[in-house]
Amino acid sequence: MIELPMIEFRNVYFSIDEKDILTNVSFTVPRGQTRAILGPSGSGKSTILRLLLGLWRPDSGNIFVNGEDITQATPERLREIRKMMGIVFQQGALFDSMTVGENVGYTLLEDKHDEEEIEKAVETYLTRVGLDPELRDRMPDELSGGMQRRVAIARALAARNPEILLYDEPTTGLDPQSAERITDLINDLRDRLGKTSIMVTHDIADAFKVGNRITVLDRGIVVFEGTPAELNSADNPFIAEFLAPFRKAVAAATRRMESGPPPSDPGRGEFGGSRPQPGGSV
Amino acid sequence: MEALAAVGNRVRRVLEVVQDVTLFCVSVLRSAFSPPYYKHEIVEQIHFSLIGSLFIVMFSALVAGQALAIQLARELAKTGAKSELGHFMVISSVRALGPVLTGIVVASRMSAGITAELGTMKSSNQIDALVAFGTDPMKRLVAPRMIGLWIALPILTIIGDTLSVIGGGFIGLGYHITLQSYYNGVTKYLTPSNLLVGMIKPVFFAILITTVACWKGLTSEGGAKGVGRATTESVVISSVGILVTDFICTKLIFRILGW
Repeated sequence: MIELPMIEFRNVYFSIDEKDILTNVSFTVPRGQTRAILGPSGSGKSTILRLLLGLWRPDSGNIFVNGEDITQATPERLREIRKMMGIVFQQGALFDSMTVGENVGYTLLEDKHDEEEIEKAVETYLTRVGLDPELRDRMPDELSGGMQRRVAIARALAARNPEILLYDEPTTGLDPQSAERITDLINDLRDRLGKTSIMVTHDIADAFKVGNRITVLDRGIVVFEGTPAELNSADNPFIAEFLAPFRKAVAAATRRMESGPPPSDPGRGEFGGSRPQPGGSV
Repeated sequence: MEALAAVGNRVRRVLEVVQDVTLFCVSVLRSAFSPPYYKHEIVEQIHFSLIGSLFIVMFSALVAGQALAIQLARELAKTGAKSELGHFMVISSVRALGPVLTGIVVASRMSAGITAELGTMKSSNQIDALVAFGTDPMKRLVAPRMIGLWIALPILTIIGDTLSVIGGGFIGLGYHITLQSYYNGVTKYLTPSNLLVGMIKPVFFAILITTVACWKGLTSEGGAKGVGRATTESVVISSVGILVTDFICTKLIFRILGW
């Protein structure tokens, strides 16, 4: 028996004020896998997440979540479907009038769980994302960008333990080490907990590291769909241009490594030595 | 012909905005009158609008009441009707100046705060996050602000009116109007209908302030600059709107209720 994909976009068109944002976008995400949506700014990446959450409706086409077409769902049904999803917005989008604990336990508070249960959940999810539960009484603006992003992931996980996790540029603006921790965490949630995920990013390294499959968008049109290895060897001119800065950086780092490490910072490459460097054929 | 088309477009845009604001206002009222109610947020909003605006309302009412009393006492002294100061202070403060003054003071403070807060929440995706986590922003963010102002604004108006009238009494002393004579004039005209007129207006002012401030905040675009622009527009529209609403309320109260 063929298992239905957890998420499917089928011939989706979307426009705002007669400006095409997405044109005939199709892809699937099987259960327990991660799809990276890659593209330059303004290519319509974040729109995909907003359509998936039902915040916006497509002009035409269908969006399936666990086999159910959400474009036909009533507002009440949409609210139910959203309970299957947790989202990490750009910059975290933590509620800045609430403490870290209140942010993580937000949906539990909304669902009127008792205080003890919420406390326990906050502790569990903060620990799961590698944060000290003692941070629960801090305000979001007292945390670093990387910690805020991890709190946002904890909040998404605590949101009724969702089967689907959506990440909107989760590493943007973070230092390489913090970004690395976030991508490791995303992979860990997929591998250990079997979460189905979509990560929207313009960071090529993150897409290579996290995506089982990658979709590349250019001005709302899918210009590539495939595995990271297929992307690395694609001969599409847009892909070549898009990957060029990344490939150049990797090539430069490789050349430096081959000619011997610099004396001041031995063994450290262009990406701080820890960022992924996909594809040897650069 | 082009000029005509431009005017037509402008009129159409204005009408579209009026339609959007009206629909938003209906949605705000519907949210305020249907559960669930976020009690914690409502209490927080009452505290923010009532306690936060108390000092500035008291100070403005006292000063404005005294300024009004000086004008009235001088004119009444010319016609030998000084004893009527209490009467005129009640009519002008409780029925007209008090609600408008309190409304404008609260509008400038609250509409700026509400628009800036909601605008910042929108630009940082917090509103989308609320929806994504199954919360209706109208219920959680807008309705508590409306209910909070419905409770706070009439109370602030009563406090403002009281101080305005008391301030008038002290000014009267300088014009040889005894406190007893002033008190008699005040109590004679402090009728339920006069009090009610002063209490009806704040209810509409609260609807206006909340609708304009929340609508401006939730529709703001363009980051910090956009939020700043929305905040300025919100204060201007609320303040001017209060004067217009006061005129309409006064006219309707006279025509329908005959008070």
